[in-house]
Amino acid sequence: MSSREKILAAVRANKPDLQPLPDVIIPVREEGLIEEYRRVAEGIGAKVYEVGGTAEVKELLAASFEPSQRIVSPLEDFADMAEGIEAGIDPHSFADVELAIVRAEIGVSENSALWVPEGNVSQRVIPFICQHLAILINRERIVPTLQQAYSLIGEINYGYGVFIAGPSKTADIEQSLVLGAHGPRSLRVFIVG
Amino acid sequence: MVKEETQQQHKGLAEHSGLADIFNRDEQRVNWHDETLWFVRSKRDKAAHSLPEWELLRETASQIKHNVLSDLDTYLQQFEEQALINGVTVHWAADAREHNQIVHSILKKHEINRMVKSKSMLTEECHLNEYLKEHGVEVIDTDLGERIVQLAEEPPSHIVLPCIHKKKEEIGELFHTHLGTAAGESDPQVLTEAARQHLRESFLTRRLALTGVNFAVAETGEFVVCTNEGNADMGSHLADVHIASMGIEKIIPRRKDLGIFLRLLARSATGQPITTYSSHFRKPRAGQEMHIILVDNGRTVQLGREDFRNSLKCIRCGACMNTCPVYRRSGGHSYHNAIAGPIGSILAPNLDMKAYADLPFASTLCGSCSNVCPVKIDIHDQLYKWRQVLVKEGHVSPVKAMGMKVMAFTFAMPRFFAFAGKAGRVVMKYLPFVVSNKLNPWYKEREMPKPPKESFREWYKRERR
Ligand code: SF4
Repeated sequence: MSSREKILAAVRANKPDLQPLPDVIIPVREEGLIEEYRRVAEGIGAKVYEVGGTAEVKELLAASFEPSQRIVSPLEDFADMAEGIEAGIDPHSFADVELAIVRAEIGVSENSALWVPEGNVSQRVIPFICQHLAILINRERIVPTLQQAYSLIGEINYGYGVFIAGPSKTADIEQSLVLGAHGPRSLRVFIVG
Repeated sequence: MVKEETQQQHKGLAEHSGLADIFNRDEQRVNWHDETLWFVRSKRDKAAHSLPEWELLRETASQIKHNVLSDLDTYLQQFEEQALINGVTVHWAADAREHNQIVHSILKKHEINRMVKSKSMLTEECHLNEYLKEHGVEVIDTDLGERIVQLAEEPPSHIVLPCIHKKKEEIGELFHTHLGTAAGESDPQVLTEAARQHLRESFLTRRLALTGVNFAVAETGEFVVCTNEGNADMGSHLADVHIASMGIEKIIPRRKDLGIFLRLLARSATGQPITTYSSHFRKPRAGQEMHIILVDNGRTVQLGREDFRNSLKCIRCGACMNTCPVYRRSGGHSYHNAIAGPIGSILAPNLDMKAYADLPFASTLCGSCSNVCPVKIDIHDQLYKWRQVLVKEGHVSPVKAMGMKVMAFTFAMPRFFAFAGKAGRVVMKYLPFVVSNKLNPWYKEREMPKPPKESFREWYKRERR
């Protein structure tokens, strides 16, 4: 008998009687989402900007980054300040990226997480390998909790997707918080609209 | 801690109380360890109490896990079917040995002898690193805490905070020796930066990455990995081959169930609202090979033990450790098992009753663990039940068996267990003989940790007014 068969047989022999699968409906709050989003995001080390459009985002980023630094973005709006991201090329070639600018599909106010599916970054490694990350999110795409986020994601068949909340960090040395573990050292969130 | 002692613990030769003595030789360190974990526990309380629906989430998570265990074979097959459709190779491993062999065979197939690994308690349980080392494969652990204990040649002492037993000066010394930082440098910022540079080089040069799995969704065949550092993603998105190792109990039925579990996990673990990254892997990226290894290693046996099967609901948040007065004062290594603390103490005897017969006694049965557990595992009840089983099977010395009766007496007083957190403190304050009596083998001459006069919850309530 293969291990597969052995394991499945053992599970069948040992499992308890069938228990029902619950569904849960958590009451939804709709008020103060942006304020909550900002408070939680800043609490975990992100910078939050409310902007009218991409022109403002560019202005803010241009103040912090030099044109000589490598900036990448799959967004056409940023073609004048960032190079595009070619899908399918060697991901190692992005090792020297200073700033990546991408768009999130959903924001979650309870934990400030931003849903970034593979299609929004062209290369999975982009939001991790860059030194600094900027994410745009439309104001009306901010929902209160992860449960609403998953109902928006629904059945979408992505190959990869990630919730990102704050810059990469660690507190492994004596519980001292240090930003910039292996991923970006900073996260700027631009709430657009 | 002295290396031989640590290695001895790792092999499960020593007893918890003796190993706790070693840890307790350095009083200052013990106090620091105790206070730091209590601080993490307090952050957990604050996060939990900020959600009005917290108890509803716990109850729902618990019920989902009960459903999973009761229909695990169906879910495993559904998961496998979906994963195959997604282009992922699925392996089944009956035990640790088979798991390690599968990993090794994938390495051999690709002629790879250097790899990176992000945090996976399962690979600790399987002693994968040792196995691969014997076969000439270099493994670099990329979680900072895990890298630190790896350089120190020690096992992790906590499932979420692997090097919580280490002081920054010791880490500085390790980094000075292995990574070339300045002698005497102990600033966490500087040390983390050194590790970042060192591990970045590893990410960029290794062709195979192994990650753990926090949740695997039967409905879609995707699996979710949670990290704060981004190491699982840096490894897997740069590697040609990604292996994800998971215990068979990691399955959840639907994608939307993640909306329950991810709300509970990080809040319970560290008090964060969510980990920095919750990465959903469904298909390999173009040109990449992805493998999932489904591991039993005693889980189906535990499933058949009615009194203990609920331990398989565990989502490895570590909350039960942070709150445990015994864990905080004895350190993770004293449990001489990959998983320490209250949950480790109910999982370990399942694998080997004789070697781990001491662990269910490493508890005051105060019940705090069960109170904080996000999936409502009856941890302290199971510890108590293990004691009975172990005595009956003859794995326990007479002193312990006696001590157990005293504990049973305390346990039988419902007044003390109605509000377990509070009760634990009351017992410690007014009935010290119960917990520090000679008959309680854990305590011996040791004093109980001084119970805080008011819990964080009480303090928080008062402060909020
Ligand atoms: S037993 Fe509960 S509290 Fe302990 S690690 Fe598992 S899920 Fe967390």
